[in-house]
Amino acid sequence: MTVLANHPETLKLKTPEVQMANKPASAAPAEPAGVNDDIGEEKRLQMYRTQLVIREAEQKAYELFLQNLVKGTSHLSLGQEAIAAGFAAAMRPRDLSFCTYRGHAHTLARGVAVEKVLGELMQRDNGLMRGKGGSMHLTSVEHGVMGSYAIIGAHLPIACGAALRAQYKGQDDVAVCFFGDGTTNIGAFHEALNFAAIWKLPVVFVCENNLYMEYTPIAEVTAVKHPAADRAAAYNLDRIIIDGNDADIVYRTAQTAFAQARAGKGPSLIECLTYRHSGHSRADPAKYRPEGELEKWKEHDPVPLYRARLKQFGIGEDAIQRIGDEVKRTVETAVETCKAAPPPDPGILFTDVYADGGWAWRN
Amino acid sequence: MAELTYREAVTRGIAQEMARDPDVIFFGEDVAKPGGVFKTTVGLLEQFGPKRVRDCPISEQAILGAAMGAAMTGLKPIAEIMFSDFIAVCFDYIANEFPKTRYMTNGQVHIPLVVRTGNGAGSRFGAQHSQSVENWCMMIPGLKVVAPSTPRDVIGLMAAAVRDPDPVIFFEHKTLYAVKGDVPDGEIVDQLGTATIVRPGKDATILALAMMVPRAIEAADRLKAEHGIDCEVVDVRSLVPLDMQCILGSVARTHRLFTVEENPRLCGWGAEIVSIAAEEAFYDLDGPPVRITTPHVPLPAADTLEDMILPTVDRIAETVRRSLQA
Repeated sequence: MTVLANHPETLKLKTPEVQMANKPASAAPAEPAGVNDDIGEEKRLQMYRTQLVIREAEQKAYELFLQNLVKGTSHLSLGQEAIAAGFAAAMRPRDLSFCTYRGHAHTLARGVAVEKVLGELMQRDNGLMRGKGGSMHLTSVEHGVMGSYAIIGAHLPIACGAALRAQYKGQDDVAVCFFGDGTTNIGAFHEALNFAAIWKLPVVFVCENNLYMEYTPIAEVTAVKHPAADRAAAYNLDRIIIDGNDADIVYRTAQTAFAQARAGKGPSLIECLTYRHSGHSRADPAKYRPEGELEKWKEHDPVPLYRARLKQFGIGEDAIQRIGDEVKRTVETAVETCKAAPPPDPGILFTDVYADGGWAWRN
Repeated sequence: MAELTYREAVTRGIAQEMARDPDVIFFGEDVAKPGGVFKTTVGLLEQFGPKRVRDCPISEQAILGAAMGAAMTGLKPIAEIMFSDFIAVCFDYIANEFPKTRYMTNGQVHIPLVVRTGNGAGSRFGAQHSQSVENWCMMIPGLKVVAPSTPRDVIGLMAAAVRDPDPVIFFEHKTLYAVKGDVPDGEIVDQLGTATIVRPGKDATILALAMMVPRAIEAADRLKAEHGIDCEVVDVRSLVPLDMQCILGSVARTHRLFTVEENPRLCGWGAEIVSIAAEEAFYDLDGPPVRITTPHVPLPAADTLEDMILPTVDRIAETVRRSLQA
């Protein structure tokens, strides 16, 4: 198997960061029609649909927040959809996702119903966890979504443990752990990478580098240029940086990393360059961004990029439009269902503290 | 029946469960080849092999996080945190992840794991390697917390902890590791949430945990011999679940309540029990409940100083005598 350091995608980054250093951004898709069609129409349509579901659901979540119907907090993945779509498309049903509080996208990408996700954001009884977890803890074990973790870095060691179980039991599933650039500066990141590397665990660490840790540019608080990839050498891992806004590139990189993990060759650390179109959380208007930065990245928006890619591979406007219409309807129906859903049943307040189903701590 | 040390009981307790269930794995720092810095896990590597008994880097977050990930996907890990003081560097897992995930996911995720850890004073290691920190864990909904005082209880409660479907924090007392006790042959399986009356008596109830249990028993023996005061000593054993029936039943018979706690006073386990007794057994009491604890100071390293600050047999006996004779 090719080592990922030599992965062709590492060498042909097309994100604005690189483009600005070289030449002006071009909206033209990278791949000529009919060439290198290793992915195929079915997967491409799946990835397009996933990106659209995330885009529509996240935009709707923001609107619902403005209407005070999404409560608490929420952390959107607008602009980062290709990472979730590409990885999910490369995953098998038994593979496990471990997400952060910015986890709506990864949860939706594994096939969890939009109304379950929006129901949880809206803190209704029909939510994924009936309102007991909230937007930062989306979990659907039946879909392999083993949780969204709101303490930065906490889930990297947890993903290692899931991978340790797979290795110990001789099962071939992979634990896929998504996190942001800010996570690379917390201790658990480094502990987990070393742990996974020494035991060659089947875990894939995916850093979504959207250039900001919450409100602060990651470059201002990190000693290296690439917060994940430049640390890989410390754990004897390949340095992998890819364009996280191109679902095809993400998908191929994921496939390579998964094959390596399943072959017993250990973990990968993949830094996906991307950009958050919105602020850190619902309370953040993202005024700290330099003028023109958002616009530059919107020229490299994963959704229109992928729509153009589909056309290049000969997929007709009608088929693309049908997916768009169907996704819009699905999301709108989900919103109506959630609006009509009651608040959580108070009976669940005292359930599932302990495994007996209850909360008794004394006799 | 065999006589085992508390240390040997730890090994036997883990081995009993690993032999029974191939999903039980064990890892921590220096636990496999070295057999544990306190020699509590000698021979487990040889018996169960390197896939099931593993040495970890000094990465407490990775150790507990990995235990959680393994537990939620089908294994039953036992993880060691060498000194309980180190719980502070991986407290996220103890405080936020293990205990809350089942609730937050509306029951989707199960976390059947055991964290074993060396707790308590007596080794003269100073303020960061000698603490009794069981109350750090007791206050968190979703955890179970046990602290055995005898070799037999180590094995029985270890079995109960490993077989329990919830996360259990298992506090072993470092100073008790060398203490010997009789242990029945064959499998021993105890029950979480059960206190034990280790010395029956009628004049006062003395609650104790871990290393304070033998001290409370010795104080009770002295009170009987020297003053004719007949104390009942209850080994609390399990802080969560808490056996209040046993405790309040004892108070209803003796009408006096004392706690002996190694932890510094503020928010020690005795505070919760005394508050429950005040609410639910007020009219059973013939006098104020009294807590005998380490004062609210960090632990000093020097042996003479450490001996002065922990509850001693003298202090327990004298406090009970004065209170009863007041």
